[in-house]
Amino acid sequence: MSALAATFRRDLALAWSAGGGALAPVGYFIGATTLVPLAMGADRALLAAAGPPLVWIAAALAVLAMLERLFQADIEDGSLEQMLLSPVSLEAMVLVKGAALWVAVGLPLCLAAAPAAIALQAPLELIPAIVASLALGTAAFIGIGLVGAAIAAGVKRAGVLIALIVLPFFAPPIIFGAAVAGGAGFGGPFLILAGCAAASVAIGPIAAAAALRLHAE
Amino acid sequence: MISTFANPARFMAFSAWATPLFGALAAVLFAIGVPWGYALSPADYQQGETVRIMYVHVPAAWMSLIVYATMGGASFVSLVWRHALADVAARAAAPIGATFAAICLITGSIWGAPTWGTWWEWDGRLTSMLVLFLIYLGYIALWAAVDDEEKAGRFAAILCLVGLINLPIIKFSVDWWSTLHQRSIFQGSSMSVDPSMVGPLMTMFAAYAALFATLLLVNMRAAIHRRRVEAQRLRSAA
Repeated sequence: MSALAATFRRDLALAWSAGGGALAPVGYFIGATTLVPLAMGADRALLAAAGPPLVWIAAALAVLAMLERLFQADIEDGSLEQMLLSPVSLEAMVLVKGAALWVAVGLPLCLAAAPAAIALQAPLELIPAIVASLALGTAAFIGIGLVGAAIAAGVKRAGVLIALIVLPFFAPPIIFGAAVAGGAGFGGPFLILAGCAAASVAIGPIAAAAALRLHAE
Repeated sequence: MISTFANPARFMAFSAWATPLFGALAAVLFAIGVPWGYALSPADYQQGETVRIMYVHVPAAWMSLIVYATMGGASFVSLVWRHALADVAARAAAPIGATFAAICLITGSIWGAPTWGTWWEWDGRLTSMLVLFLIYLGYIALWAAVDDEEKAGRFAAILCLVGLINLPIIKFSVDWWSTLHQRSIFQGSSMSVDPSMVGPLMTMFAAYAALFATLLLVNMRAAIHRRRVEAQRLRSAA
């Protein structure tokens, strides 16, 4: 099995190993979504007008929660040195780790977004667009989150620092993803969101690998 | 020229006379620009006296972008050529740029309340300026969070370069999206403000730029002094 495939399987297993598999981030996501009508009041008209885009906040928080341990565990147990020694480029390794996180967390999140958006009074015909846009959006979050996680990997209690570094860059996917959820469907904002996802998946692993090399020195 | 100042001793010799010079220049420019903008230039035919906030708000906005671009250049030089003082420069510039961004946001909000009827609007320009302010804060926090100074510099350089994408978004946001915010005053070869307002505006911009140069040099000198004290303390403890 190639090094990349082995890394993918390992990271998938690690992400799902924290008892309950994909249920942990999905549960976090459902919990955060539940807070929305509690905060806004249960008025159905208000929720229908403003609710569906708020699944994006819950998705961003769920991805942020998973980022902290992404590279910290590898630095602590020495896997980072092994990755640097392998013939495969570190950028490819980081991309594969991000892909594993997306499969482990991002895909379950976008599937869980279907009932969540319905609970927030989204119209049924908008649900496929919301699910597809969240698949792209979680990829965008993870792409840029890789940079934050790599930079803050050696820091104690890095969660808040990662959030501070990464949240400004979450803004474009959230803006366009919320436009999709707010009624634009598969139109213009969806395409721009796809562009954001492509850009962060392309650039994130390069910057993250540069930061990881600094950790190993 | 950049490589000349990789030598801290040469930089300290240069900044010893350059800092008071820029400081005096800033003081003179503010002494000209503030009364000119505050009293001696005309009020706007639509906005009345509130247009005078422009002389504080617009140069602060321009400087927050210029400072971030400077930090980006310094970060690039630091990463590629391992320039000794480039990350010192970037770290020194960050709080100044963050303050300019905060001044821009606050004065803009004060200006918007009577003219737009709102303290804040989530349009492209204001949102991307707020994102720039948050990137500044994240950059400053990152320097503080990592213990090893040299590594902190490289991480911060990576973060700064990734954040450069925001600058064209801010600049072109008023063209790309419909917005309450004014369009750029540089329209092709002409300017969209009255000529009587260009003078005080450019004077204040030059004053802000001289102020940035002064504060940057002061911060860098303080950082180098701090490093020397640390080195001295380590040597005497050994």
